Amino acid sequence: MKATIEPSTRSSEGANPAAPTPGEAVSQPMNVSSNQSTGGKPSGNKPVARKRSRSGNEWFGKTYTMICVSVLIITIFSIVYFVASKGLATFFVNGVSLKEFLTGVKWAPDGEPQTFGALPFITGSFMTSILAACISAPLAFCAAIFMTELMPKFGKTVMQPVIELLAGIPSVVYGFVGLSVIVPFLRSVFPGQGLGIAAGAIVLSIMILPTITTIATDAMSNLPRGLKEGSYALGATRWQTISRSILPAVLPAMLTGVVLGIARAFGEALAVQMVIGNAPHIPNSLFESASTLTSVITLSMGNTIMGTVQNNVLWSLALMLLTMTFVFIFIVRVLERRSLR
Amino acid sequence: MAIAAPSISSAGASTQPGGGAALAAEQLSIFYSDKEAVKKVDLSFAPSSVTALIGPSGCGKSTFLRSLNRMNDTIASASMKGSIWLDGEDINAPGTDVVTLRQRIGMVWQKPNPFYKSIYENIAFGPRYHGIKNKKELNEIVESCLRRTALWEETKDRLHQSALALSGGQQQRLCIARALSVQPEILLMDEPASALDPVSTAKIEELISELKQEFCIVIVTHNMHQAARVSDKTAFFYMGNLIEHNDTNIIFTNPENKQTDDYISGRFG
Repeated sequence: MKATIEPSTRSSEGANPAAPTPGEAVSQPMNVSSNQSTGGKPSGNKPVARKRSRSGNEWFGKTYTMICVSVLIITIFSIVYFVASKGLATFFVNGVSLKEFLTGVKWAPDGEPQTFGALPFITGSFMTSILAACISAPLAFCAAIFMTELMPKFGKTVMQPVIELLAGIPSVVYGFVGLSVIVPFLRSVFPGQGLGIAAGAIVLSIMILPTITTIATDAMSNLPRGLKEGSYALGATRWQTISRSILPAVLPAMLTGVVLGIARAFGEALAVQMVIGNAPHIPNSLFESASTLTSVITLSMGNTIMGTVQNNVLWSLALMLLTMTFVFIFIVRVLERRSLR
Repeated sequence: MAIAAPSISSAGASTQPGGGAALAAEQLSIFYSDKEAVKKVDLSFAPSSVTALIGPSGCGKSTFLRSLNRMNDTIASASMKGSIWLDGEDINAPGTDVVTLRQRIGMVWQKPNPFYKSIYENIAFGPRYHGIKNKKELNEIVESCLRRTALWEETKDRLHQSALALSGGQQQRLCIARALSVQPEILLMDEPASALDPVSTAKIEELISELKQEFCIVIVTHNMHQAARVSDKTAFFYMGNLIEHNDTNIIFTNPENKQTDDYISGRFG
């Protein structure tokens, strides 16, 4: 707390002599310094002591904050640099063509000849996360409407904590449940092994449900009360009020929630890997074994040696994930800016 | 059914010719859980007139106002006793269509509450729900409502921009225009100018004087001067009771009740 408050007072004080503000603002620092010069007298002692301890605090707070911030910045940049240098080495050192990497459909790093087509993983990742969002978003929106508009009391005391609890379950548990419940179910209903995009998407949809629900609920409960009353007063029914005046108002926030949900699904590795089957090809149906960017990284990283092309190409996949995360964050920023208007 | 307009303390309840409908509350009590916020109020409103409800904060005047178009239905803990008559019909009778009722009795709030939509859509919102789909007809409604609230000249070039980009005073006039869009007979206003600057306030007051020709207007206000300027009748509420109801000039010059006199001259409240 001290560290965050002190620098701000310090900076405002430091700004005063520099800015030509009239009157008191300028005269105050001058008074303090004149006290300091007459520090020998007993009457001047107290202000001087206070000034010293304050500047000591200032110094400590400022340094502490600077250290923390620089550690953070250095960490972030080194991660990005590390992933990027390793990932780009595939193309610049090992000479794999970027076109083959992005559009090739055959993945055989140990084959003869070696091929590095990552398209199956890219499509797998996009399909699972977008499908998961398609399943999850309607559920989350309805849950949010239910919790804020229809049964606020039950929603706040029971439903919201339960949905938030979903966020705390470890992903290995989700994967295990998916493997023991969803996969056999899909196997018995649809043709195929049950492992595949559909199973992955269902597991992910439950994992991202809390993200979307929480954001949608917050947006709805933060709406001005007058908005709803204004609609009722014009003779609109409850459903008309929800669909025509509340939903348009929270739409940007809801889209933000969906994008964050997709981002989370995109980066999830373990649970997906357990239920998707991990076959390195583009599946013909949703119930056929497939792979994602994350699942192929977790599966292959133990079997490669640092510095080899097989290892570097995994870093290229990681770089791809990192880039996509940046894109998602950028989209969220744009949506937020629009909702402020 | 005959109009059960109670004549107690309402010096001029005789209905005047003109637009609007007659509205009357009879022995109306409103409760929040156990707390009685409005106590057995008898008050009637004549067509084509402006009635100001004044009184210190928490005296029940806003609660009373909200009960007139059943906005208190949206508050779970609120309940009421007594009746409210609109043209001789009890608005709380079991068969009453709340949607039609609220169309006949429009409302404007203290804080402007435009929808997160364009200026055009804000006004077209109500008529659409009451079955008007024709684009031309909607355009006409939007234009006439904006003209009546003196917003047309300021907004005609940006009808399809967000209503939230308007200034506070413009937003409030937009909300009044929105209330007019469903052709109500009675307009309830809950401190419509208290969040506005003097210029916007003057515009709103001017608007109220014009709308008076066609509507019965009930306005809650904390501003004594405003009550004196715009209203024909004034009702003074205190602690949930209706203390005095009379012609505005009588209330402000020669009130019968000592409490009214004290409140108006600023000695309490």
